[in-house]
Amino acid sequence: MSAPILRMEAVERHYESAGQRIRVLGPVDLELARGEFVAIMGPSGAGKSTLLGLAGALDRPDGGAVFLDGQKLWGLRGDELAALRRRKVGYVFQDLNLVEGLTALENTRLPLELDGLARRKADPVALAALERVGLGELAHRFPEELSGGERQRVAIARAFVGPRELLLADEPTGALDSLAGETVMRHLRTACDGGKSALLVTHDARHAAWADRVLHLVDGRFAHDNASVGGR
Amino acid sequence: MGRIAPLGPAADPVGNTGYAYRATPAMSVRHSLLALLAEEPRHGYGLKAQFERSTAGTWPLNVGQVYTTLARLERDGLAEPTDPDGDASGARQSWRITDLGREALGRWFEEPVALDPPARDELAIKVLLAIAADAESVGPILVRQRAAALERMAELTRHKAKADPMRELPWVLVLDALLLKLEAEVRWLDLVAARLAARGQR
Repeated sequence: MSAPILRMEAVERHYESAGQRIRVLGPVDLELARGEFVAIMGPSGAGKSTLLGLAGALDRPDGGAVFLDGQKLWGLRGDELAALRRRKVGYVFQDLNLVEGLTALENTRLPLELDGLARRKADPVALAALERVGLGELAHRFPEELSGGERQRVAIARAFVGPRELLLADEPTGALDSLAGETVMRHLRTACDGGKSALLVTHDARHAAWADRVLHLVDGRFAHDNASVGGR
Repeated sequence: MGRIAPLGPAADPVGNTGYAYRATPAMSVRHSLLALLAEEPRHGYGLKAQFERSTAGTWPLNVGQVYTTLARLERDGLAEPTDPDGDASGARQSWRITDLGREALGRWFEEPVALDPPARDELAIKVLLAIAADAESVGPILVRQRAAALERMAELTRHKAKADPMRELPWVLVLDALLLKLEAEVRWLDLVAARLAARGQR
């Protein structure tokens, strides 16, 4: 049995404000298995985005530990941490995910190039990632020539390109209409059914319903209704 | 089409989807049959089959119900047998819509459907009474109801994931409708929690 792709143990985050220590998250425990799709819901200010930043090593916890693919973060050297983050994790935000001057293929190829892969080798890998989200034929379009939903699918393709296994998404469907949002969720579901993992922050119960589990974050803690909704 | 096993105790014992709408039969079966007759004359059994296809099996009709409704439509001058000398209750009799029937159907499509006022909703009543008794005790009710709604949404979404929106449009539209109703419930529960929290902070 391989390690879970993500494990968070008693993770906490505080902020200092006017000399006061304010807890914004935790302590929380969370484990994400390979192939699992977990959605996090909760009111504004509950700590959802903070949790996502800690899960993806964008932010450092004040307490507890985060393990990415079995490796403990923040015990690593800076360059090791950056490499681990780059090789394992992809991010999708509500907007501004793509580089405007690059085509869908070039955007998707970017993480592979940062890995040091030659373009000639990176191109087929990036194209395969685009094909998995149904955008193979639009590979040479620029972001401004794509719809909002298509841009988010490119972002998913890039997040999962090559060996990347964990996608962290913060309201990726927030700016999309119902049908485009559903299409994004369908592709996320398909990717997870194929062995990738995703942690999704959303306000939309219809999108959370595509996940295996829905966790409800209130005042920085998971509510005791952390019911497993999945049957997968 | 929706061909899934009944799901839990809420499943309609005669239905095949477990997603039967609670509609007022007297209100809608009449108009639904008129709508199908407006396309072309049909036999009783053909009406039953086409109705179930168009509504993705959410509302199973029995043939007896179809004939009873046809008899009432004839009495009210909205439909008539195509062969006036034939046996009106016979399986071979085909039916067509009258001009009066087309007018009635037109009015039905034009009028927005009246929705139940929320105060008649069992969940709303339960939450309102719980708040009246002890606002502190409402939390667990909201949490359980929210979890139940999300679980149901996940189940419906799994059906949607398997459905082909091109070939199974009625079924997907039924799932959309049910999901949106449940989403509204979840959002209302969240709003109740937020309002109670805001009141508690005053």
